[in-house]
Amino acid sequence: MIELLYWEGCPSHPEAKALLEQVLAELGRDDEIVMVEVTSDEEAEHLHFPGSPTIRVDGRDIDAEGANGRPSLTCRIYYRPDGRVSPVPSREQLEAALR
Amino acid sequence: MSIELGTEAPPFELLGVDGAEHSLDDYRDAKLLALVQYCNHCPYVLAWEDRLMALTRDHAGRYLRIVAVNSNDVTRYPEDSFERMQERDRELDFPFDYLFDESQALAHALGAERTPEVFLFDDARRLRYHGAIDDSRDGETVTRSYLREAIEALLAGAEPPITETEAVGCTVKWR
Repeated sequence: MIELLYWEGCPSHPEAKALLEQVLAELGRDDEIVMVEVTSDEEAEHLHFPGSPTIRVDGRDIDAEGANGRPSLTCRIYYRPDGRVSPVPSREQLEAALR
Repeated sequence: MSIELGTEAPPFELLGVDGAEHSLDDYRDAKLLALVQYCNHCPYVLAWEDRLMALTRDHAGRYLRIVAVNSNDVTRYPEDSFERMQERDRELDFPFDYLFDESQALAHALGAERTPEVFLFDDARRLRYHGAIDDSRDGETVTRSYLREAIEALLAGAEPPITETEAVGCTVKWR
């Protein structure tokens, strides 16, 4: 199961979803993406949500390093392979998690 | 709702990461003043950070001052505390002043909504450009450098080619 947890206050989740769909299509997969909106600090705590977007494949975060961040309604920080900061995961992270 | 173009810069007196109080009047010698809603924790701020620092260095001098302002609620977002602002400044040696708007009064007065979000004022301290730093958070795909173009136009005595854009970034974290 692929879950995309997001907070509406951060604008990055549509881009993350589009990239995820693209990578899934390229890998020939037709998995459904379950969208989970997080709306409160309590929900963030309950869902161990370290920021938006958070993508889990079969319950495993695609970015293990960032998965243990403090639960919070915030935009999540990802790092590209070249070290630059991005508000969405890299294509490489998604591919590695989905193979 | 952000302030409209032509609106006068709101007065402020805020603590900077250098430990000194900084007021609007302190920047009176600068021909242009850019207030940039800022913070430590937002990936959009971090993605634009190098370019804002480069732009500040390119225009270093008395005619332009760029001032970053963090107004976020530090109770819910402790990464944005004043101490963490000072740490970040020590780490990166910001070429701009970095001020702490603890009461959020300046953010409210500007009608700020996002980080990063630019408010560029002219020599009469009237708002002349408002919005994003440029048109892409990815430095490799920038096609329009809104803030740089507005600065250069105003310094040349012309109108900024684009006066308002949508600031893309994290929300200001209100209390």
